[in-house]
Amino acid sequence: MSGMLGAGVAIAGPAFAAADGVSVAHYLVVGAILFTAGIVCMAVKRNALGVLMGIELVLNGANVNFIAFASPYLRGQGAVSLGIDGQVIALFVILLAAAEAAVALAITLNFYNNHSTVDVDRADDLKG
Amino acid sequence: MTGCLMLAAVNFHTLLFYLFAILACGFAVGVVVADNVVRMALYLVLSLGATAGLFFLAGAEFIGAMQLMIYVGGTLVLLVFGVMLTAQAPFVTIKTSPGDRVLAGIVAASLLALLLQAAFSVEAWRRPGLGEVAQPAATPIGVALVGIRVDEPPAGAPPGVRSGYLLPFEIVSVHLLVVLVGAAYLARAKRRRTQRAIEVAASVQSLVEPVVEVPRQARGSASALATGGTR
Amino acid sequence: MADFLINSVGLPPWLAWTVVAGVAAVLILNVIAGGALVFIWAERKIAARIQDRLGPTRTGGRFGWLQSLADGIKLLAKEDLMPEGADGLLFRIAPYVSFCASFAAFIALPFAFDFVGQRLNVGVFFVVAVLGLEVFGVILAGYASASKWSLFGAMREAAQVVSYEVPLGMCVVVPVMLAGTMDLVTIAEKQAGWFTNWYLFHDPFTFVVFWVYVTCAVASVNRAPFDLAEAESELVAGFHTEYSGLRWSFFFMAEYGSMFLVSALAAVLFLGGWNGPVPVAALLGLSEGTGDTAHYFVRLIGCGNLLLKATLGVLVMMWIRWTLPRLRIDQVMTVCLKYCTPIAAVMFAGAMLWQLFLPGGLVPGLSRPAGEIREGWLPGPGGAARGPVGQAAKKTVAQVQP
Repeated sequence: MSGMLGAGVAIAGPAFAAADGVSVAHYLVVGAILFTAGIVCMAVKRNALGVLMGIELVLNGANVNFIAFASPYLRGQGAVSLGIDGQVIALFVILLAAAEAAVALAITLNFYNNHSTVDVDRADDLKG
Repeated sequence: MTGCLMLAAVNFHTLLFYLFAILACGFAVGVVVADNVVRMALYLVLSLGATAGLFFLAGAEFIGAMQLMIYVGGTLVLLVFGVMLTAQAPFVTIKTSPGDRVLAGIVAASLLALLLQAAFSVEAWRRPGLGEVAQPAATPIGVALVGIRVDEPPAGAPPGVRSGYLLPFEIVSVHLLVVLVGAAYLARAKRRRTQRAIEVAASVQSLVEPVVEVPRQARGSASALATGGTR
Repeated sequence: MADFLINSVGLPPWLAWTVVAGVAAVLILNVIAGGALVFIWAERKIAARIQDRLGPTRTGGRFGWLQSLADGIKLLAKEDLMPEGADGLLFRIAPYVSFCASFAAFIALPFAFDFVGQRLNVGVFFVVAVLGLEVFGVILAGYASASKWSLFGAMREAAQVVSYEVPLGMCVVVPVMLAGTMDLVTIAEKQAGWFTNWYLFHDPFTFVVFWVYVTCAVASVNRAPFDLAEAESELVAGFHTEYSGLRWSFFFMAEYGSMFLVSALAAVLFLGGWNGPVPVAALLGLSEGTGDTAHYFVRLIGCGNLLLKATLGVLVMMWIRWTLPRLRIDQVMTVCLKYCTPIAAVMFAGAMLWQLFLPGGLVPGLSRPAGEIREGWLPGPGGAARGPVGQAAKKTVAQVQP
């Protein structure tokens, strides 16, 4: 096992501090990067659909964390895993994300029909 | 023959993890960097697909398949649909101002530093996984959703009542129904009003024949495209 | 096989696993590519016969069976064009996206008891989910071509595929409910024996559901009469109007791959998988265990069984294509939302009630009762299924009481 692990890490490049097998922390790093990317996407994109994509990324980053904590496979010595609970929560996140996307898309299309643009900076009709 | 390749071949786990992790993170950054909204959608699809791969690797097969089916196959198709409907030349690339980019970069760097610090702060999270083969999780999840727990409590978990998920399940289903109705209403409202306005306009015109302004048709509406070409 | 390579041949484990994965991948690739060659030839012949023509007769002997190979060579040699306003990157990768989705779905498809790329606990779900991803290639192609025809085709395809996933999912859930698992291998295994054990003949509801599944499957792989995405009478060629050469042929490989896949899925879910109509092996005293040459032979026969059933399904799709006229897009949506979905839902409820009240079937002993849960999380074999569930239920009740 250890020989192959060493090869795998060497091929894959970025070795983390304790890169002897995958731990929960590795997944948390992925989740953090997805989350940050989503936040930035929500902040800088002016296209309404781009903002929507940022939201999806954020939700997904959270989901990665849930799955990592839920996985008995990743659980290290002495750590507590969420078990099925984490997976069920991830499931609910996915479902609610679908619902959120449907409504947000309907709003965006309505906005597009009314204003002929999807630039969120132009949605300032109510500005006093 | 190759039964349980994914879980039995522990050696490959690390390799595949890095592969999927790099894909997921790389395309997520791609979503942020890209200006073209269609490219962004493509990168998002690839990023979420790679994340589904991560779920499979973590032993959450059901959630991985769910992610592919609902998220990638449903939500994102919907999103791409929206992109297509609004993808007219001026909106395909809306540039962000450089000031915003710099600001966002600073915020992102600090946020990332915070999150990474948190990720590595707990010692137990950094220990490599024991590699226990995960139980097939679909049935316990399904049973948990109707309120009965059959799965073993994870080792080291504090004792206590572990709840099922019947109430959240029902709430989510009602929520989905509400969303269904709401989205249908939002998408239809415009056209219905237009239709009625046209009828009103026609009846008024037949009575007194004033100059009635017919409300403008919904431009580039979904209906026109969906039935396009057949009329 | 990996164990054999490691222990007997002496390969290092990582190489052995790579070889095993490579062999599986190449085999699946062959099924798709070889299948596409055969099916294209068959499609031409069938179309010709239905239209009272001869079809290809010259290339490769009397029946023109080398025709698709010749076509393939022609496509390879063709110039690869890209329209001027096209989005280069997206235009180039779109066919591969389509093909990869179609290919990846084969991973979880069992060809015989042990012949499966990766046995997944959520196999059927995985196959349906990955198959749904094929639409991305089409959408990208439609957008990137910078052509109105392509865009119209892609929009139609997106709307159609997303809509048809709903009734398709409902149909697929019925055999899953009967078998009590989403594992395709277990589902097929449970239909072993005489053909009366097939879920198609399990009860009247599953019989109806099968035909709903066929309709939805044809629609979800965009075959006539639901091929609105490439309606040549209105949209030139729909989403692949601007494609030529190898890229175009990748779209076609993807299409034939998914046709084969949904047929094979139908075979596994409703038609007994690799079990023939008559349990020849069981009558001869052979069983699908592990080990012997005889058992291996039985599995090979089973694999042939499944391929035969899937091929029959594809041929039926061709028959349908050259018989029925194309629907309009609103009719396609009507079929999905007003007919397929309600029928599938009612049949699902019906099958559930049947399973509840007549678990043994109308004629006792004719078919095996389905529905015992057998999955790894249970301590005992199938019969003990009620144990942990019942205990947990009791525990929950006891905890709620005080």
